[in-house]
Amino acid sequence: MSIRERLSGNEAAAIAMKQINPDVVAAFPITPSTEIPQYFSTFVSNGTVDTEFVAVESEHSAMSACVGAEAAGSRAMTATSANGLSYMWEMLYIASSLRLPIVMSLVNRAVSGPLNIHNDHSDAMGVRDSGWIMLFSENNQEAYDNLIMAHRIAENKDVLLPLMVCQDGFITSHSIENIELIEDDKVKTFVGKYEPEHYLLNSEEPIAIGPLDLQAYLFEHKYQQAEAMRKAKKVILDVAKDFEKMTGRKYSFFEEYKMQDAEIAVVCMNSTAGTTKTVVDELRKKGIKAGMLKVRVFRPFPAKEIAEALGNLKAVAIMDKADSLNAMGGALFEDVTSSMYTAKKQVPAVSYVYGIGGRDTTAKDINEVFDYLQKIVKTGEIDNPYRYVGLRKGDE
Amino acid sequence: MAYNLKEVIANRPSRFTSGHRMCAGCGAPPVTRMILRALKPEDHAVISNATGCMEVSSFIYPYTSWTDSFIHTAFENAASTCSGVEAAYRSLKKQGKLPADKHTKFIAFGGDGGTYDIGIQSLSGAMERGHDMVYVCYDNGAYMNTGIQRSSATPKFADTTTSPAGEVIPGKMQSRKDLTEVMAAHHLPYVAQTIAYANFKDLYEKAEKAIYTEGPCFLNVLAPCPRGWGYPTDMLMQINKLAVETCYWPLYEVINEKYIINYKPAKKLPIEEFLKPQKRFKHMFKTGNEWMIEEFQKEVDKRWEALLALEEMSNKK
Repeated sequence: MSIRERLSGNEAAAIAMKQINPDVVAAFPITPSTEIPQYFSTFVSNGTVDTEFVAVESEHSAMSACVGAEAAGSRAMTATSANGLSYMWEMLYIASSLRLPIVMSLVNRAVSGPLNIHNDHSDAMGVRDSGWIMLFSENNQEAYDNLIMAHRIAENKDVLLPLMVCQDGFITSHSIENIELIEDDKVKTFVGKYEPEHYLLNSEEPIAIGPLDLQAYLFEHKYQQAEAMRKAKKVILDVAKDFEKMTGRKYSFFEEYKMQDAEIAVVCMNSTAGTTKTVVDELRKKGIKAGMLKVRVFRPFPAKEIAEALGNLKAVAIMDKADSLNAMGGALFEDVTSSMYTAKKQVPAVSYVYGIGGRDTTAKDINEVFDYLQKIVKTGEIDNPYRYVGLRKGDE
Repeated sequence: MAYNLKEVIANRPSRFTSGHRMCAGCGAPPVTRMILRALKPEDHAVISNATGCMEVSSFIYPYTSWTDSFIHTAFENAASTCSGVEAAYRSLKKQGKLPADKHTKFIAFGGDGGTYDIGIQSLSGAMERGHDMVYVCYDNGAYMNTGIQRSSATPKFADTTTSPAGEVIPGKMQSRKDLTEVMAAHHLPYVAQTIAYANFKDLYEKAEKAIYTEGPCFLNVLAPCPRGWGYPTDMLMQINKLAVETCYWPLYEVINEKYIINYKPAKKLPIEEFLKPQKRFKHMFKTGNEWMIEEFQKEVDKRWEALLALEEMSNKK
């Protein structure tokens, strides 16, 4: 029997980490993810986990220590947000290039500047090409479930890539919601033992990691990373199937909400999906064929599948909680529209930037987006594909 | 057992093999080799190396000179990377996931750029956290790998590519940071300053103490660079000797906060002896620049006197 609880997103992440019982956790405090290492330190202090907790002096060192620990042959985890992730940036690329399946809990927050501690996705979007698998979570349950699945995906021999599980800062990390936890022994069996092939602490087989890798080989090594990311798609689905067998909870690359016969839809990630579902329900009551696609797996990007899922719409809005500052549109918008173009799906599409710096995104905002989609369907025209919702008007 | 270079070389095969691409006359490889010889032959080691000359010359894919396990990740984090490996070791040992009878030692190497400058935060953090590891700085007094740029270890007046001796500014205008003292202020069980000198005795013995003292230990080793310092490649050992005999680089150790100066020259040589063979100080010997040598000498004297005082003070009951 699963365990019914009421937990915040941060508590859920910390409990997932406790059940995973990694060998090493290295972390540095940063709002709004600070609670994760806090809760976890209590588990360490009370001896409920076997973990060595390394209270590093910076996030750069947090990721460096995770790289060292994982390369040494142990399971290493961390948690961070925003500027913490930015400070790790250099090491994120090194972690993935060394093919170290480190798992991170990323509590999404706006990257400075100016300083802001609230939620948007600018931190995650800034590392989207770093070679990490990126899973997004609508609520505490998904943040927990994604973490439980993380090691099985990351450590798969076809993958061997680091993985981050994202959840929205404060909105998810600090709100207490109902959650179903899995029993400790089931998690232990599901996650399994970490058995790396080559590792630093194997005195029988010393290895050297992190060479100077010049023109002769770097290209091939990068290709292998890209291959691993492509192969991760299948592994993510396989692990989700096993997870469903254990819990009954179904996961895929994305969640389709009332998409079967939808004519207009919103594509979004993380907690905004909850608000959007409510709006879709209301629109459906009015006879408007609205739907939603919530991206769970952002890296690897399920391009073909997303194009297929959106291909029959009359109009689609892709919502980005980070502005790419590129005079073109948000990052998710670019990925989704590229996917559709490549798959020859010509659906009128618009980019909506929203919720920057924790600006509240209400049902009213989502309705505004659907209103515009209806207008596109009616007129066949898009006056500006790079749009904002929830932004103060000039005199507000 | 008294130190004997021949015996050490005979009984402790090199763990840093030939074939690397370090320059002739570089001070770093003999230092590295000797430090690794201080490991007990039965012990395994994990080496963490900062980006720098040493790393890019010793581990070019698919070749490596390192016979122990080795990890390089970036420039500023040899210490924090090593701290992660060491934490993993403690965790896995505690859980019985590693053989109980095997011992692994942890040694990080960084140049002065990766240690005094960009890596000081990572080093300070790892030392404060108490990881059982040795951090070795091979100090050649500038960013040599990128082409001789000044670092905070560069001595005053040195001509480097970012502190060039020009018409108006005669080289680097600031004195060098005293990192050994910074590390002593961390109150570590063992901190030492050494050099490859007099049959490597001082270096070997300090390496052995650092490796086999439990807890975080720090070695600062002066490792001259023929390209950056501008001395003939066959003069390495003489330069080392002059650094010691002039008291530019005193040999000392701080054991549980007690200072021991390992060598006090009976007659301290004037600093010119150390400066003269090096092209980076050439401009100091031009007529009219005598004040630079005087000032340099004053700084060396001041630091030497301060060290003598520390030794006296820390050994008083």
